[in-house]
Amino acid sequence: MARTPADDCGGSTADAGVSRRDFLTAVGVAAAGFLAGCSPDVREAFFQKHFLELSPQEVDRRIARLRADYKQRFGQDVSISAEPAVPGVVFGYALDLSRCIGCRRCVYACVKENNQSRDPQIQWIRVLEMEKDKGIDFEEANPYYDPERVPDPDHFYVPVACQQCRTPQCTRVCPVGATWQEPDGIVVIDYDWCIGCRYCMAACPYGARHFNWGEPQLPAAELNPNMHVLGNRPRPRGVVEKCTFCIQRTRVGRYPACVEICPVGARKFGNLLDPESEISRILREKRVFVLKAELKTEPKFYYFYGV
Amino acid sequence: MSETRVPGETDAPHDDAQSGGDDAEFSLAQSNALIPLLVISAVTVLAIVLVIVRAKPVVPHEGAVANKAFGPADFPELFAQQEALLGAAGPSTGSSALVFPVPAPPFSEGIFPCTSCHEGIPPNPERRPLEGMHSDIVLHHDEEHRWCLDCHDTNNRDQLHLASGAPVPFTESYRLCGQCHGTQYRDWRSGIHGKRTGYWNASKRYFLCVHCHNPHNPRFAALQPLPPPIRPQYLRSEDVAVAPSGEAGPAATGKEGGDGAHAR
Repeated sequence: MARTPADDCGGSTADAGVSRRDFLTAVGVAAAGFLAGCSPDVREAFFQKHFLELSPQEVDRRIARLRADYKQRFGQDVSISAEPAVPGVVFGYALDLSRCIGCRRCVYACVKENNQSRDPQIQWIRVLEMEKDKGIDFEEANPYYDPERVPDPDHFYVPVACQQCRTPQCTRVCPVGATWQEPDGIVVIDYDWCIGCRYCMAACPYGARHFNWGEPQLPAAELNPNMHVLGNRPRPRGVVEKCTFCIQRTRVGRYPACVEICPVGARKFGNLLDPESEISRILREKRVFVLKAELKTEPKFYYFYGV
Repeated sequence: MSETRVPGETDAPHDDAQSGGDDAEFSLAQSNALIPLLVISAVTVLAIVLVIVRAKPVVPHEGAVANKAFGPADFPELFAQQEALLGAAGPSTGSSALVFPVPAPPFSEGIFPCTSCHEGIPPNPERRPLEGMHSDIVLHHDEEHRWCLDCHDTNNRDQLHLASGAPVPFTESYRLCGQCHGTQYRDWRSGIHGKRTGYWNASKRYFLCVHCHNPHNPRFAALQPLPPPIRPQYLRSEDVAVAPSGEAGPAATGKEGGDGAHAR
């Protein structure tokens, strides 16, 4: 089929086909037109950058976009902070195994504070019941215990959440750098950057990371409107989430929710760099240990026996 | 060389199933066995695929253990008090300070001041079981060696006294407890023993020993635990139950259905 001038101007395009150049041009114009025509929020979400590369103005824009989104979804105004780490602070946590009675108050206080999905259920703290005869043995541990009353005299209880390792393996395996350790030692996730590959879940030896398999269900009445952009803001489906030491509370000086709810005072929290803090005193005066120390993850979550 | 090549040529058809027509039963049997094997494996694979595709999600029976996703809203009474404690005041203290800011002691309704009843009653310092008033108090705290007036002051019922006889107000009862429980007292002062709320870097709310321990029966009473987490095999059924109300719809459910059971 030789092209004639008549074909070019005669409108017989069905015969000649659309040229590749025309097609690509049309696609490009359509895409540009779509992006130009859509709202700035959509554009921002489309061209978003990694959280650590955002300028302060871009952080503000992202927070504004998230607030509008949550306002639409939950019908209320929320406050989303991007409070940075306080200089001279590295957070540490200690848990007194001689006090813990396994009542799971911390589990549900954490769910409430951190806007976890209610259904499908996600819980950041998992309380393991272990036999006193066997000591700490993860193979024999039972997270599903449900007696009438706790503590059971033959068992002790080991609550496990993110251990906030100093050498976290989860951040090393992330192929897109969506999770990292902040200067105050908290390992955080950028939910906008996570691609949901779950490598970090495979790498974590403590089972501390949880995946949003379904669309997270969170009743608007139970929303905690006090949020941090790297912490407890509602997550989309298909991203990983984990304990952040209640970053939205601890970055402004408050205790984590699990510390405040614990009815036996087994949970201790503070600044490892302050020699007078509770956590520093515990490290000095009590014999502490960490879970799976042989893995050299060097957790900042310590367990001890207070008596 | 040629002698060795001849048996090699006669062996070759035995290995090759295609040319087995006129040669030997051996190669015939080989090709016959291959067909049933192929059929069996194909049927097995088909069956497995069908099972996977047609599988119904495991729906737990009503009342099965841990098949309901409990949330904090199911226990409002537990989390209501949490916010009330946030207004904690009081300076962050050094360990050597002897007076700690604590909330008021948790007296029973209408019991304090004690002198409102005890004013006119002459004190009876003789050790005896109580009848009438205070019979609800069962002392289970070294009761072999102690009774009421070892801690409560004989002459001023609105306060306590140390072993030395020095009076202690109810608001500083930790000094009284610390006489025997010195290690706990030391740990409590430095924040290791007992609960703290408020701010890790500033004002913390301390609690009296008696806010957690009943002074007459200090061992913690057993508690009912909150519900256990959902077992992984039930997570998927929860997804299915949610889908109609959620906007994700059946497409999302089908997608999650495959490996949702391995969520945790």
